[in-house]
Amino acid sequence: MKIVAGVIVAALLTVAHVGAASSVAVGIEEFKFTPPVLAVPVGTTVTWINHDEEPHTITSANGAFGSTGLSHEDTFAQTFIRPGRYEYFCALHPHMKAIVIVK
Amino acid sequence: MDRIDRRGFMECMAWAGTGLVWVSTGGVLSSRVIAPAAAAEATPGRFSFVQISDTHIGFKGQANGDPTATLQQVVDRVNALQPAPAFVLHTGDQTHGQQAGAFDTVAEILKGVKTERIFYVPGEHDVFLDGGKEYLGRYGKGTVGGRGWQSFDFKGSHFVGLVNVLKYKGEGMGALGEDQIEWLERDLAPLSPSTPVVVFSHVPLWAVYPQWGWTTEDAGRALVHLKRFSSVTVLNGHIHQVLQKVEGNVRFHTAMSTAFPQPAPGTAPAPGPMKIAEADARRMIGVTEVTYVPGQHPLAVVDSTLG
Repeated sequence: MKIVAGVIVAALLTVAHVGAASSVAVGIEEFKFTPPVLAVPVGTTVTWINHDEEPHTITSANGAFGSTGLSHEDTFAQTFIRPGRYEYFCALHPHMKAIVIVK
Repeated sequence: MDRIDRRGFMECMAWAGTGLVWVSTGGVLSSRVIAPAAAAEATPGRFSFVQISDTHIGFKGQANGDPTATLQQVVDRVNALQPAPAFVLHTGDQTHGQQAGAFDTVAEILKGVKTERIFYVPGEHDVFLDGGKEYLGRYGKGTVGGRGWQSFDFKGSHFVGLVNVLKYKGEGMGALGEDQIEWLERDLAPLSPSTPVVVFSHVPLWAVYPQWGWTTEDAGRALVHLKRFSSVTVLNGHIHQVLQKVEGNVRFHTAMSTAFPQPAPGTAPAPGPMKIAEADARRMIGVTEVTYVPGQHPLAVVDSTLG
């Protein structure tokens, strides 16, 4: 249910704020990360799932984390243990950009 | 479940199972989609070569359940050409996301091509995981500094293979980089302006649709060195459809994929594989005739299917 809540909040406010959550999902569909801006508390594990047939990656802009190519319905998880702004993109389609804000 | 019957497969092949054969007469290139009867005539100085692109071995999805089979069919068609093409250009995305074993599969299938030599440039799918290590390990030999770009002469024409997928940056466009552009300038310097020049790379060297990354950021800085030549042909892949543009002395072409089509620029939310429904096949074929006009440069769409 947290996944659904996150997506709805993102649609309404652009920034998805997730409070006291330990696990949050980000969807990849039609070459977009949803939500594109995700705010989470320290300690949150973010899990990406690729719904496209095209492979995508989750690649940190500063090299802090990164996945290999995710095939259709593959997932990648990353736990954020320090506050900060974590910009990331898809290495195959670098116009796909998003950010995780850890507070 | 994929529902691939013979009819659906053949209709799909009209999209996917194609390559282009290029015939050069006095440096003026003409293209046609490969058919067994399409062959260069035995005129002195005339030769043909084939461009295949975006084989995407490792892809599995609704758009094509078996890209290995469609590539094999392309090879069979190339081998039916009389006379055989002088060489083949593979303009990248051999693999689908560098899947394990995909490079081996491509190499194995292309061993069966009846031609003197195959020249390669990488696509972003071939290099994104390891920065090009595996690709250059296989195809870097004989290229400039082992970095993948190269040039060669054939019957008075000068061919240049450029790499524009190792420096993806900015808004996700292709990029050539300073070193390669400087090399290109030096490479072209000794040539007379009447030398026909053919440039090939994966990502288009013209702004097909920057919103989807279908352009090369610094292509203009390379093309400026081609201005003095009377005949320049630029062959690209990446966008899985045939598009053509003529700008001054330069003719730009993009090739179809041997695996699956992608939507015409701007006609879909994203540039992913197009799912071809059997009933829609005829209509889908028509999609390639869409004309997209970026700014002041109209694009003319040319041939796109087998028949």
